[in-house]
Amino acid sequence: MDQFAVKVFVRLRPSVLDPAGEATKSASVKLGAEGIRSLRIGKMIEVKIEGNGENEVREKIDLLCDRLFANTVIEDYEYSLEKL
Amino acid sequence: MDNFTVGIVVFPGSNCDRDVSWALEGCLDIRTKYLWHESSDLSDVDAIVLPGGFSYGDYLRCGAIARFSPLINALDEFVKSGKRVLGICNGFQILTESGFLPGALTANKNLNFICDDVELDIISSKGGWFNNGDEKQTIKLPIAHGEGRYHCDSDTLKKLVDNELIALRYKNNPNGSSFDIAGITNERGNVLGLMPHPERACDETIGGTDGLFTLKSLILK
Repeated sequence: MDQFAVKVFVRLRPSVLDPAGEATKSASVKLGAEGIRSLRIGKMIEVKIEGNGENEVREKIDLLCDRLFANTVIEDYEYSLEKL
Repeated sequence: MDNFTVGIVVFPGSNCDRDVSWALEGCLDIRTKYLWHESSDLSDVDAIVLPGGFSYGDYLRCGAIARFSPLINALDEFVKSGKRVLGICNGFQILTESGFLPGALTANKNLNFICDDVELDIISSKGGWFNNGDEKQTIKLPIAHGEGRYHCDSDTLKKLVDNELIALRYKNNPNGSSFDIAGITNERGNVLGLMPHPERACDETIGGTDGLFTLKSLILK
């Protein structure tokens, strides 16, 4: 069995308003940071997972992302995978 | 009401289960039974309420974890049989997460947890959940949520409008919901999800009785 470290990034779709991102952007401006054009908040999920090769692990991660980690009505996801 | 029994689902973190039971039993004389979320035996209940609260601490997304409970797995067959399911607040979030209703509920536009009475227009009485006469009806129900902003894509919204699946719209949109949507039904009409709390509006002494009709309609066949 191979072991992989996976980092999943879940983001609100561009068409979905991100009020937490807007509030953080507003605070960033108050801090004095200039030039922020856009600020959106997502989630990062780290998974360590075993499987027989990268393809099998990708299948498992695809299922997890599509059915659990992200709600694809409002969120997109992508992930990176590293063999340990 | 004979032996008609409404099952009230209890998840870890549900907190309106007893309110729903009180409203049904105390105000409407309808028998209720609590259903622990790990149960998948729905044989002795005739309708189901998914109550408000914070199932599984709202971890990941509201309703996302509850979707994988044995009870929600068993709900598919229950809904297909035509029996009635009412999802209130967190229950509505669970119904969208599990695909019984389209769209999603996400953080309120102003990020506030809003606890207030709101006026709602009854748009459709599909499924008989609302008393909608010839004239446009407005009711007042309490809301209490931080993540009640209904969102769906434009194709889904068109389908909701064309098929008269929008049950309730906010008169003064409090949370930024698409098209002011506060509650929707499935196409058959036997599943209703709404953010307002009808169970908190069943007695004049606590501010109104506009929620009675919806709870009473659980016993419709």
